[in-house]
Amino acid sequence: MPLDRENVRAIAQLARLKMPEALLDSLAGELNKILGWVEQLGEVDTDGVAPMTSVVAATLKQRADIVDDGDMVEDVLANAPEETRNFFVVPKVIE
Amino acid sequence: MSELTQLTLAQARDAMAAGEFSAVELTDAYIAAMEAVRGLNCYLLETAGRARDMAAASDARRAKGDVGALEGVPLAVKDLFCTAGVPTTAGSHILDGFTPVYESTVTRNLWDAGAVMLGKTNLDEFAMGSSNMTSYFGPVTNPWQRRGDAAKLVPGGSSGGSAAAVAARAALAAIGTDTGGSIRQPGAFTGIVGMKPTYGRCSRWGVVAFASSLDQAGPMTHDVRDAAILLGAMAGHDARDSTSMDRAVPDFEAALSGDIRSLRIGIPRQYVMDGTPPEIDALWRQGIEWMRQAGATIVDIDLPHTKYALPTYYIVAPAEASSNLARYDGVRYGLRVAGDSIQEMYENTRGEGFGPEVKRRILIGAYVLSAGYYDAYYLKAQKVRTRIADDFHAAWEKVDTILTPTTPGPAFAQGEKMDDPIAMYLNDIFTVPASMAGLPAISVPAGLSAEGLPLGLHLIGRPFDEETLFRVAGVLEDAAGFDARPALMAKGA
Repeated sequence: MPLDRENVRAIAQLARLKMPEALLDSLAGELNKILGWVEQLGEVDTDGVAPMTSVVAATLKQRADIVDDGDMVEDVLANAPEETRNFFVVPKVIE
Repeated sequence: MSELTQLTLAQARDAMAAGEFSAVELTDAYIAAMEAVRGLNCYLLETAGRARDMAAASDARRAKGDVGALEGVPLAVKDLFCTAGVPTTAGSHILDGFTPVYESTVTRNLWDAGAVMLGKTNLDEFAMGSSNMTSYFGPVTNPWQRRGDAAKLVPGGSSGGSAAAVAARAALAAIGTDTGGSIRQPGAFTGIVGMKPTYGRCSRWGVVAFASSLDQAGPMTHDVRDAAILLGAMAGHDARDSTSMDRAVPDFEAALSGDIRSLRIGIPRQYVMDGTPPEIDALWRQGIEWMRQAGATIVDIDLPHTKYALPTYYIVAPAEASSNLARYDGVRYGLRVAGDSIQEMYENTRGEGFGPEVKRRILIGAYVLSAGYYDAYYLKAQKVRTRIADDFHAAWEKVDTILTPTTPGPAFAQGEKMDDPIAMYLNDIFTVPASMAGLPAISVPAGLSAEGLPLGLHLIGRPFDEETLFRVAGVLEDAAGFDARPALMAKGA
């Protein structure tokens, strides 16, 4: 089922992307073209095939559960668009 | 002075060791070269002052007998690597004003080896693109031009600035990142060597993430030896990246024996594709002949799922990207565009901060991961990915290295292929399969198109066998004897 402008609007909202109304139709067209093109994967027999989870065969390396950094408030906040008293500041979220 | 920018990394290293010139002299020559080619827009940021300080410190170390593998070597860094105290943009508006307080592991390794940073290079936004046209900071011009035609060409992408800087002799070498071909395709388009190591060979810590199961850093250099030297310094285990492998880093340069007589080179039937220009096929056949003449055994192989690699990539990579790019929300760093609510602030920031190609991929990624579509798209793609990797596993039973073209054509003009995303994606058709399987691969400049533009041949190796890959690449390079130079090049001070 091809995507329409309402689907694109919904996906954009999920992805927290403001999309100009005027672009919704052309985006739907582009996305449909890409999704139509990837449909060819349906030709591949994947019955009983495990989905890839790691591209290199390796056991995840373990380390001791020790905190070895931290206490760098200034560094963490150094690039904040707005901060105060060691907090990031965002628009009010509660009434 | 001008000769200094015509050297390879190995030549410059050896000449500095012999006391022929200092790191400061070499760095000054490259600072002049960066200024001379500003019209190409390959550097987003020149760090000349820092470069001079690093070069002076390098000369001081050398005077004390403390000489690293890259001592005094001036390098360009793709602006996807976080560099402490130096703004990092990822080619995007959304990282406006971001200056990392930390250094990526790969760049840290370079500076620890004595290298000098010249500047940060342009790239497709968040490394999403094959032309460098999606950069927020404008396109990069390829130093190469078609014969008798001054039309501006793309350098490829996403590591387009790094490729152009090396080709224009405005960096001795550069580092890039490769997700589906972002080192190798621009390498081919600009007549330089571009190498993607095995997934896990280099740490991804401090590299702005695009698709985490595919991203790898790699060298972009004048020749194969330089790539071997540079990768040796970049690579190594890093406790901060759980996907970086704890394996010894071999002496890659020592692997360049020039002897491939005992090796079997695979030629995949499925890489013969409809619509590939005859000159690409001809170059590939020439490459096969060079391998044969060097004493290698040529073996026809099958990689049956080759045609599915690119559509698989365009599910997996956008899915990972949509997840990775969720962090750009205007709260902790970068651009913030005000809104009445936090939701609106997020949407405004991301709507204004991301360019069209990045948005397109975030939307695709969010869609294929969304409830009801996850199995049909994402899970299916990950299963096909297993089959693509299995094709290669089977091939390694029969061959040691695989030879293919790097790209389906030479560099195209700025603005071409922009209205058709799939036409642009097809640039990576020969490079993406190795990415999907995590394999090391290298593009070596091997010839010129009818219009006088560089073309590359592409070698794919076994996981963690970069040594064999470099060995074969060195033989290929010698046989090709590629010595053409681009039209636009820094002549030096």
